[in-house]
Amino acid sequence: MSNASPDTLTNATAVLVARRPDALASLARHAEAFVIPGAALLAGLGVFSAFLVVLGKSPSAFFLAVYLGGFGSAFSLDNSLTHASPLLLTALCVALPARLGLVIIGGEGALVLGGLAAASIALPLHGMPYFVVLPAMAAAGALVGGFWIGIVGALRTFRGVNETISSLLMAYIGIALMNQLVEGPLRDPASLNKPSTYPIGDAYRLGNIPGMQVHWGLAVGILACIACWALMERTTWGFAARVAGGNVRAAQVQGLPVGKLILAFTFIAGACAGLAGMIEVAAVQGDANASLASGYGYTGILVAFLARQNPLAIIPVAFLLGAIDASGSLLQRHLGLPDATVQVLQGILFITILFSDTLYGHIKWLNPDLWVRARP
Amino acid sequence: MSDKFRVSRRQLLKSTAAGVTMLASGGIEPLSALAAGTLTVGFIYVGSKDDYGYNQSHAEAAATFKKMPGVKVVEEENVPETNAVVETMESMINIDSASLIFPTSFGYFDPFMLATAKKYPKVEFRHCGGLWTKADPANTGSYFGYIGMGQYLNGIVAGHMTKSKKLGFIAAKPIPQVLLNINSFLLGARSVDPSITVKTIFTGDWNLPVKEAEAANALADQGIDALTMHVDSPKVIIQTAAGRGLYVCGYHVDQAALAPTKYLTGANWNWAKPYHDFIEEKLGKKPLGQFVRGGIPEGFVKMSPLGAMVTPPARKQFDATLADIMKGGFAIIRGPMKDNKGNIVVPAGKIYPETAIELEKMNYLLDGVIGSTS
Amino acid sequence: MSGPAAIGLWGVPLALIGGAIRVSTPYIFVGLGETITERSGRINLGQEGTLVFGAMIGYGVAIMTGSPWLGVAAACACGAVFGLFHGWICSFPKVNDIAIGIAMMQLGVGLAIFFGKPFIEPAAPHLPAISLGWWSAVPQIKAALDVNSLFILGLALALFLNWAFRNTKYGLMLRVVGDSAEAARAMGLNPNRVRLYATAIGGGLAGIGGAYLSLYYPGSWNEGISSGQGLMAVALVIFARWNPLGCFFAALLFGGAGALGTALQSVGVTQGYYLFYAAPYVLTLIIMTATSSRSDSLVGAPGELSITK
Repeated sequence: MSNASPDTLTNATAVLVARRPDALASLARHAEAFVIPGAALLAGLGVFSAFLVVLGKSPSAFFLAVYLGGFGSAFSLDNSLTHASPLLLTALCVALPARLGLVIIGGEGALVLGGLAAASIALPLHGMPYFVVLPAMAAAGALVGGFWIGIVGALRTFRGVNETISSLLMAYIGIALMNQLVEGPLRDPASLNKPSTYPIGDAYRLGNIPGMQVHWGLAVGILACIACWALMERTTWGFAARVAGGNVRAAQVQGLPVGKLILAFTFIAGACAGLAGMIEVAAVQGDANASLASGYGYTGILVAFLARQNPLAIIPVAFLLGAIDASGSLLQRHLGLPDATVQVLQGILFITILFSDTLYGHIKWLNPDLWVRARP
Repeated sequence: MSDKFRVSRRQLLKSTAAGVTMLASGGIEPLSALAAGTLTVGFIYVGSKDDYGYNQSHAEAAATFKKMPGVKVVEEENVPETNAVVETMESMINIDSASLIFPTSFGYFDPFMLATAKKYPKVEFRHCGGLWTKADPANTGSYFGYIGMGQYLNGIVAGHMTKSKKLGFIAAKPIPQVLLNINSFLLGARSVDPSITVKTIFTGDWNLPVKEAEAANALADQGIDALTMHVDSPKVIIQTAAGRGLYVCGYHVDQAALAPTKYLTGANWNWAKPYHDFIEEKLGKKPLGQFVRGGIPEGFVKMSPLGAMVTPPARKQFDATLADIMKGGFAIIRGPMKDNKGNIVVPAGKIYPETAIELEKMNYLLDGVIGSTS
Repeated sequence: MSGPAAIGLWGVPLALIGGAIRVSTPYIFVGLGETITERSGRINLGQEGTLVFGAMIGYGVAIMTGSPWLGVAAACACGAVFGLFHGWICSFPKVNDIAIGIAMMQLGVGLAIFFGKPFIEPAAPHLPAISLGWWSAVPQIKAALDVNSLFILGLALALFLNWAFRNTKYGLMLRVVGDSAEAARAMGLNPNRVRLYATAIGGGLAGIGGAYLSLYYPGSWNEGISSGQGLMAVALVIFARWNPLGCFFAALLFGGAGALGTALQSVGVTQGYYLFYAAPYVLTLIIMTATSSRSDSLVGAPGELSITK
């Protein structure tokens, strides 16, 4: 893209304009989706640089560290992608119900229980072939995760319980349950100072994508994002969900099965988070233990909101977050800044990006109407 | 195909690194460790470097090498026990050229450190607390301190000072290192008076200030008048317990300043000792220790000075026991011993000195401890 | 003098009462603040960040000035600034208040940890306790009834808000704006300005809640000082259906249930402590499920609130 000369771009635009009179307007409309968040990102980096200057640190050193740690080499890119992969699935846990107007913030619980279920089912299946055990683990993780968030959906449908608070409560309960089981009945006595379940065994570990230092979870996450996008945008169910999310009463008048939609979407959402837990067990930990609860579920909320609940937009947003996370290492080591610097940076960036939502339709040269009117 | 790709990736990494060195002639000094002859040592902490507890005890030791000629220290705090620690280790190796790495939290050991060590055979890894065996990669090892002896000494002082004969122990999780500490505290107290009991409360995680304060209050309500702890940051427990009028024995670092009239003594780490040995060995191109342990005699563990309120009999027994411990090979776990469910866990005649590997697999609480291992 | 006698199983109810009093105050302040904010039609999930930042700044100021009350004032002021910022940003069209709240949570916690490093080790002067247990000779009861003045202030505030929401001009303004921005505009009110002030007050109260954490109980600043109390308090507001007194009692219930896990272990019920620690969450969920119903789930909900739309 970057090597396209201005001429080619102009020519391409000309062709588009010639083909469809309102193409320029449509281009402007789509450009908005890139120009605005991009500008917000730059503005956020500017604010953070000012913060650094006030503290007597050099912003250029900071940018170098972000570049080095997040993007600068194949190694850093891999790091960023690894950081991003669990976020893809936990963000889906927020984005899918959001289309129905539900704010679910408890993906963490589904993730840890999904991971625990995956590790537990691997034990009795020991000795079976890889292609049996791995799908079984994935199914167990997704089922348990789906069930967990499905409860939230059911409470909402049948008892009118607010899903935001119940999902948060369910997350705390899920983590407590996992801890109790991992330190009690499911504990491998040989897991001494780190209470864990029995290991799933090296034979059943999820490996890396060939040529990369990133496990297959990344591919699963991207596929899941695409599948969820297709579900939302290309199926009747997705359409019904969007209608219901826009206006429940209207949806009910239309005869849409709002209750069923809520149950289905919360189940799928939880399944995504449960799958993230299974991947964490199969690709990273090798067993289930307390480290499953390391905040991916909560970071996913942020990713989903930044992606404006669009499953496809989750992919670049998760990558951006992963890169910032990955560069946090270097901020500590090379700039002597505390670990919380990354949190400050993320907070500033997210606020500027979210704030930029207000600019849509307000930037003159990106306004489609302007281009339509300008048409000869 | 994939091999070829990997080579090109390594080249890419190298060229980027070179480019960056040029870029970075100004403000910062990344990659300065590439200068020949400098040993870059990486320290990784699971919590904050300034937690006034476990992580700080490591960070303070690491800080003592920052001025050492020929040594460069790189550190990272709040690294979770997930893929993140692998990335941190690899980043230290690839970007800072670290050749000696100390991951200091237990959960880093398996699978993360072992896997990374296999991938980078030229880098030395030494892990804090791991139960290293010869089957593990040759460039790995572990180190730990016999701090149970410190808790035994804590128990002696607390045993003398208690009037209710009931002591308390606030702990995070029932893991071997913690169980050994609880049992040692009990045995120290029982060497003073065999009727003493130790009531244990597990909070479930390493840093939960509100729960730790609640635990201290709950113990105080039950008539406990001296306690100690094994959590990452003991400050809240020390302050809450002292506020309720309880005596406290500290852990990790000396916290006497928090409660000068209530702080009896404390079992404290001195990680500078093993780190110093490893770094000297590495600089001298000697083989590094692979299963390094040490207690009070070796300087891995130190006691906080006894508080002014500690009575003469307590001082006397403390000093005498400390002198015995200094001789080395001190043993407090001596059969027959029963756990608090009535099972014989140490048969008659069996004696485990502090160095016994079995103690690092402890999974019971002795008779006299009120608490449960699950 | 011998040490205090053990009180055995009585320790459990006593711990629940003592725990309710000790642990509930941050929930009360964040909850009441958030009730004001949500009554105006906005939700501020950033209260968690405000709470943690308040804890840090309150502790730091108390160390530097030697006065815990100045610490509380500083925490309140900083909280109000956070609230103002949230309210200001969300006054722009199309900006999502929930999302901004989550980002502010990140920023608040990040800034608190960033600037809080030097305050972890020193000890700050604590807020004084008022001894309401003077009538008892039992030291445990005395200890359980050591009440901080902020707790009493919280109760007074809950009562006041309960009255003010119904009986004052400002209470009415708040409710009108929260229920329908259209109606508010028709009455000549500026919804954005009312919400700005409501969020600022909410933030200020959350800051006080944070100062209580670091300056009274557990009475120390460290990076794990909040295990999600700010977020949970926001949830309790929905649980209490935007009713200030309900909020107060929800906080008491939640604080008391939170003491169960340690109290049971102290009397020898030692197994399954993770499950006992989950008691406040389970209890809240059960009560919510029992008291909600399909039809009246939104009773009391401000009509403009995005989370219940």
